[in-house]
Amino acid sequence: MSAGAPDGAAPAPFDVGALLADRATRIVVCCGSGGVGKTTTAAALGVRAAELGRDPVVITVDPARRLAQAMGLTELDNTPRPVPLPGAPGRLHAMMLDMKRTFDETVEEHADPERARQILANPFYQALSSSFSGTQEYMAMEKLGQLRHSGDWDLIIVDTPPSRSALDFLDAPERLGRFLDGRLIRFLSAPARSGAFRLLGAGVGMVTSVVSKIVGAQALRDVQSFVSAFDAVFGGFQERAEATYRLLQAPGTAFVVVAAPEDDALREASFFVDRLRADRMPLAGIVLNRVHGTAVPGLGADAAAAAARALEDTGEHPLAAAALRLHTERARVHEREARLRDAFTATHPEVPAAEVPARPEDVHDLVGLAEIGRGLTG
Amino acid sequence: MRHKLPEVSARERDGDPVRLHVVTGKGGTGKTTLAAALALALAAGGGRVLLVEVEGRQGIAQLFGTPPLPYEERPVADTPGGGRVSALAVDAEAALLEYLEIFYGMRRAGQALTRFGAVDFATTIAPGMRDVLLTGKATEAVRRRVGDRRRGGRDTPAAPHVYDAVVLDAPPTGRVAQFLNVNAEVAGLARVGPIRNHADKVMETIRSPRTVVHFVTLLEEMPVQETLDGVAEVRAVGLRAGSVLVNMVRAEHVAAADLDAAAAGALDLGALERGAKAAGLDRPDAVARGLAAEMADHARRVRAEAEVRERLAGIDLPRYELPLLAPGVDRAGLDTLAGRLRAQGAV
Repeated sequence: MSAGAPDGAAPAPFDVGALLADRATRIVVCCGSGGVGKTTTAAALGVRAAELGRDPVVITVDPARRLAQAMGLTELDNTPRPVPLPGAPGRLHAMMLDMKRTFDETVEEHADPERARQILANPFYQALSSSFSGTQEYMAMEKLGQLRHSGDWDLIIVDTPPSRSALDFLDAPERLGRFLDGRLIRFLSAPARSGAFRLLGAGVGMVTSVVSKIVGAQALRDVQSFVSAFDAVFGGFQERAEATYRLLQAPGTAFVVVAAPEDDALREASFFVDRLRADRMPLAGIVLNRVHGTAVPGLGADAAAAAARALEDTGEHPLAAAALRLHTERARVHEREARLRDAFTATHPEVPAAEVPARPEDVHDLVGLAEIGRGLTG
Repeated sequence: MRHKLPEVSARERDGDPVRLHVVTGKGGTGKTTLAAALALALAAGGGRVLLVEVEGRQGIAQLFGTPPLPYEERPVADTPGGGRVSALAVDAEAALLEYLEIFYGMRRAGQALTRFGAVDFATTIAPGMRDVLLTGKATEAVRRRVGDRRRGGRDTPAAPHVYDAVVLDAPPTGRVAQFLNVNAEVAGLARVGPIRNHADKVMETIRSPRTVVHFVTLLEEMPVQETLDGVAEVRAVGLRAGSVLVNMVRAEHVAAADLDAAAAGALDLGALERGAKAAGLDRPDAVARGLAAEMADHARRVRAEAEVRERLAGIDLPRYELPLLAPGVDRAGLDTLAGRLRAQGAV
């Protein structure tokens, strides 16, 4: 890695194979914006890691159906299932995160049975655990923490949820924590005539009255009973969230930013790289998915277009003319992607990069995943 | 949807069936771009159209090359014939504060709520609340009429609508049914009270025959599968699917027989080499081999596209195809897409 590489220099190669083969690597977090092939990359890394003799488990969140089927996953399931990989020295496991069940299990673990029962039955909890926008991210991290803590897994590869923004999953635990520990919720949970309310006077009364106006009195009562039941387990939650956050910063964890050679995806990747650095998270490198190459490297788009035009003008060699038109499109895509990649490299010269060539068809079997994995690791 | 004629007044156009176009799609399919193109297509010929984004990404500003949009309706594009597209980036927090002020005259209370973190509470945590606020803003613009004294006021049938159509750049396909199914979202939360009433009003607009959901897809398996699932989910919650917008469709230069030959690895290398030579290219033999390999690749992709096209044909919705444009779509590109939507009768 050389800081300050000149513009247009090839990025430092990202040795994904060495990362996966290194037994000190215990966690790989794949992150990036939606639609860049994050889940496919996570799965391909899992397959490749098993081929390299590791025993990885891949945690996926909401994979495409056929990709899930390729790994033998048929439903949300919180138990890693073995994925048969004939000939691979390592054993691959995969699971699809069940967000609600993970939340339930965490509550059950931290609360006594009676309290856990109260929490699980609370309508506000049910809504929170199934649709809070940060719950999926929070639970992916929680599951990661659990698997790591169990010590049963040689290598854990996590596919982060398809968030609105790639950064959400870093913030979600804190946001949930802030909410559950927030001032408002303390006030809401204080009995009406308690000291807290008297001390704080009319301000709080007004707030609760407004909240009650907005959401309705019943909902407010649900929130209050949730909070008083949850209060006892909250400390445990918060500790766990903090522990997982530290785990992400620890040696043995590697972040892999997944992107496609497109404007939006690279912009997100750029934000992500900066954010990981700011949070002191160990970034291993970037994987550029779906990179378009050309089979006639010496022939640029403009030259190909001119050649095609010349042939079309003569009316002869229609096959070659069509092939040259096709090549023109490919070369244009290739040239644009190269420009975008170079721009990214110029801004982040220290970030190692690996590329996955675009494939004519979608990947939906283990053979395809293995090919991608091998392509990434040389 | 019917063609709108420029000389028809806004009032007469009230008979137009669709007034709220919700555009969804898997990430990376160009959902925001097509939402903007649809807005331009609807505005062509004199329409007033509002384009709404709800994901805080400032995608509209990027597309139209404007500074980031505030929480305020701003014109972003004029169209020939006196049409205009305005845009709004809805922010749930701001929408909640506005809502409190309008319905309760509670600006101060709103400020207190911000201080106590209640806004964070309501918009981020209270399930469904955020979505109701976002859809609430879009549906209010659908109902708003010229001369309404206050936003969200009564729907006075006498006056023409402020906007002929509203285009909502909605969350991705996987989440859109939940996002739009406002009733279910707040059901667990407020059984009575103002949010409930607000949600009912939002739902009335979203469920009306004047609201449809368009699905943006590519000719790739995953987005097509999400489209099929999304159409079923949207219908399952009682909403209308409008059309499938197939984006980034490539022009086909190669004859079917050549594609078959390429797929079979039986392309006439000699013909390619002679052509390369005739065009004056260096190393015509190497060029021919490379071109043949590219064409074989292309043939595989065309075949895969034909398969997903067949699956799309199984959906009983109008399907419109939009061409692949040079990346970094700008206003000219948006106009091209808008023109294609109109030419195919999508608007």
